[in-house]
Amino acid sequence: MQRNIDFSSKFKIANILSLSIFIVSVLFILFKGLNYGIDFKGGTLIELRADSKNVNISEIRSSLNSMNLGDVNIKEFGKKGDYLIKVEQKTGNNNELISQIKKTLINNLNAEISFRRVENVGPKVSSELLQSGIIAISLSLAAMLFYIWIRFEWQFSVGSIVALFHDVIITIGIFSILSLEINLSIIAAVLTIVGYSMNDTVVIYDRIRENLNKYTKLNISELSNLSINETLSRTIITSLTTLLALLSIFIMGGEILRGFSFAMILGVLIGTYSSIFVATPVLKFFKVSYKTLEKKEEKIVP
Amino acid sequence: MLNFSKINIFLIYIIFILVSFFSLLNFQNEQEPLIDKKVNLGLDLQGGSYLLLEINSDPLVKEKIQSKVIPLKKLLKDNNLNYSNFKISEKSLNLSIDNIEKFKLLLFSTKDNFLNPYIDKYNSFELDLKILENNDVQVLFSKYGLLTINNSALKQSIEIVRRRIDDVGTKEPTILQRGEKRILVELPGLKDPERIKNLLGKTAQLNFRLVKDNDEFGIDKLITENGENLNISKRIVMSGENLIDAQPNFNNQSNQPTVSFTLDRLGAQKFGRTTTDNVGKRLAIILDGKIISAPSINEPIISGSGIISGNFTFQEATDLALLLRSGALPTPLDIVEERTVGPDLGEDSIKSGVTSLIIGFILVIFFMLFKYKIFGLVANVALISNLVMLVGVLTILEATLTLPGIAGIILTVGMAVDANVLIFERIKEELKTEKSIVHAFDIGYSKAKITVLDANITTLIAAIILFAFGSGPVKGFAITLGIGIITTLFTAYFLARHLTSIIVLNKKEGQVNL
Repeated sequence: MQRNIDFSSKFKIANILSLSIFIVSVLFILFKGLNYGIDFKGGTLIELRADSKNVNISEIRSSLNSMNLGDVNIKEFGKKGDYLIKVEQKTGNNNELISQIKKTLINNLNAEISFRRVENVGPKVSSELLQSGIIAISLSLAAMLFYIWIRFEWQFSVGSIVALFHDVIITIGIFSILSLEINLSIIAAVLTIVGYSMNDTVVIYDRIRENLNKYTKLNISELSNLSINETLSRTIITSLTTLLALLSIFIMGGEILRGFSFAMILGVLIGTYSSIFVATPVLKFFKVSYKTLEKKEEKIVP
Repeated sequence: MLNFSKINIFLIYIIFILVSFFSLLNFQNEQEPLIDKKVNLGLDLQGGSYLLLEINSDPLVKEKIQSKVIPLKKLLKDNNLNYSNFKISEKSLNLSIDNIEKFKLLLFSTKDNFLNPYIDKYNSFELDLKILENNDVQVLFSKYGLLTINNSALKQSIEIVRRRIDDVGTKEPTILQRGEKRILVELPGLKDPERIKNLLGKTAQLNFRLVKDNDEFGIDKLITENGENLNISKRIVMSGENLIDAQPNFNNQSNQPTVSFTLDRLGAQKFGRTTTDNVGKRLAIILDGKIISAPSINEPIISGSGIISGNFTFQEATDLALLLRSGALPTPLDIVEERTVGPDLGEDSIKSGVTSLIIGFILVIFFMLFKYKIFGLVANVALISNLVMLVGVLTILEATLTLPGIAGIILTVGMAVDANVLIFERIKEELKTEKSIVHAFDIGYSKAKITVLDANITTLIAAIILFAFGSGPVKGFAITLGIGIITTLFTAYFLARHLTSIIVLNKKEGQVNL
């Protein structure tokens, strides 16, 4: 299969598209904000299973009304009869809160109830978790960029950072647009996206570097086209196998892993796109050529 | 790249077999394990409770600074230092003093300094002196003084938490220190943590204090459960420290649940003296600042044992006895994080995790077979070996498998084939220009090597940082992802390459179909 798609002629339109989605994402993150889960906001989460059809959301809500809990969020969760209740963080000591909520539900709901999951995160812990999440993302970005910088030229490092920011911001932006919950496992997903996108970018960059030395007469547009086409079937196959695995988690992996696998699916799609249409145009922007590679080597050898 | 020396082949397969062997340990008879190693299931998969407790050392600091008042005043008096405006605040003692220089010398003397001992471990004094304006000074705990108070309180708390949890009798609890102020408690298999939370939420400081008739100096006004107002003397007759045993019991006449206790020698002496001197008066039994009961002393109690009655249920009496046996916490504990997963949800999670793993696995295997035929088979053998080795390494490390960890394995399945895809695609390219098939495979492997390494090292960096800085679910995911990358590199570059070399070297030219 010899492919010869002219990618570089589409760089401009792709960049305009990327930039506008990026800006929209930033605006949403800034103005609509993120739907933090209790991991990062603090609060209480209760997943319950009721084995009676009498129970519904409004009944659960009215039975909790008397407790003055503040903002209570109740939704169906997976199977019928499964509900997820989220209670905002209240100031003060929460040691008794969970047992009180449980008692109220058992007394007021006319059904056999089992509590499948109970989580309570205090305000101090939640802010620490958010902080360590942000540190983890920033550090891994920095470490990977450092690795690229050592292995490649600086232009490549800049290219990969632009692509990574693109991927991370747009993924988080989509979470903001769809009001999906950001919790600890989403942080893990975002970091894996970072790794995956980097992986994809490195494969193409590796080929561009190799071709720069091989075809010294070609300009960067022609080189980009050649390299992307040469690695295209690998890019597609790996994305496909990864997506197959992720889709199987998304569909079969249960409610808890759904947000995580959704973020990953988004990330793989965006990451694959960005290696071709974001990371590579950056090299074109810096006019990377055989000569820019050579110059660096001249500096090193006196 | 296709030539393997005998020693290389031997090493590759011996490593593979050794690591794979460990993965089998998870299926051995649990009663008589051959080697006691297995992958542990996280609380989210087996069900159980995770509690993060935080000590609050403020009340302790207040107590400790108050205990410095008498030694400080004595020091000032013994050395004829004039002072005024002596004030006790939450964390410090404030006073005005004429001869600050002399006071400083005395406060920071290393010889027989009872007021302000020198902490060798930190090369620092327990107390610090802050000189304010005029002649005002402030005596407060130094950074290391506070640290010492905090650390000993934390250590003691861990010990008491352990005693209380062991007494309840849950299986295989984990109790660990986390940072400077926190205690992590993991209780696998526990369905409802309310009782344990209740037990850990009480400091259980027990006091015996006399009830006074009138509003004299040095009393606390407390209310009993029946709503009776009592004046309780501040002087503690005896505290829970003197208890050596406590058991739940029933009162012979009323059949009410009670708690009987036994005192140590010192406690028995104190208790005997007080009850002898105060026959006819009432003695209040106070737990964490609340009156449990205030019975009258009918006769001297010199046997060193007694009974606490109150309006208990038997469960409450049992818990009170447990609290008294395990001793008082030095300071209250707050539950700052709690996660409980019921056993049925854990089972569901394992089921859905394993189902999606199998389905993802099958999809990827068929895709690779379809795409690369015989070499797809090689990639699949590598993939299966990869999974087996991944489980083997997890077993060797006795790692904990969580639901995000299973997700990490599935992702490894998806991404593991990448190494082989990179190599095969490269070989395909080489086949276009290269006449000799063996040569094409050879060049393909060596050229793809750098790319495969670069690509995987970047992901490995992400996994390591996730592991180092992440918490809870993030960590579980990072472990399997990171180990998955290493086993992927091994299986793709050693196992699969060797299998490929067998196929290629045994085929006649022109028959390789990639």
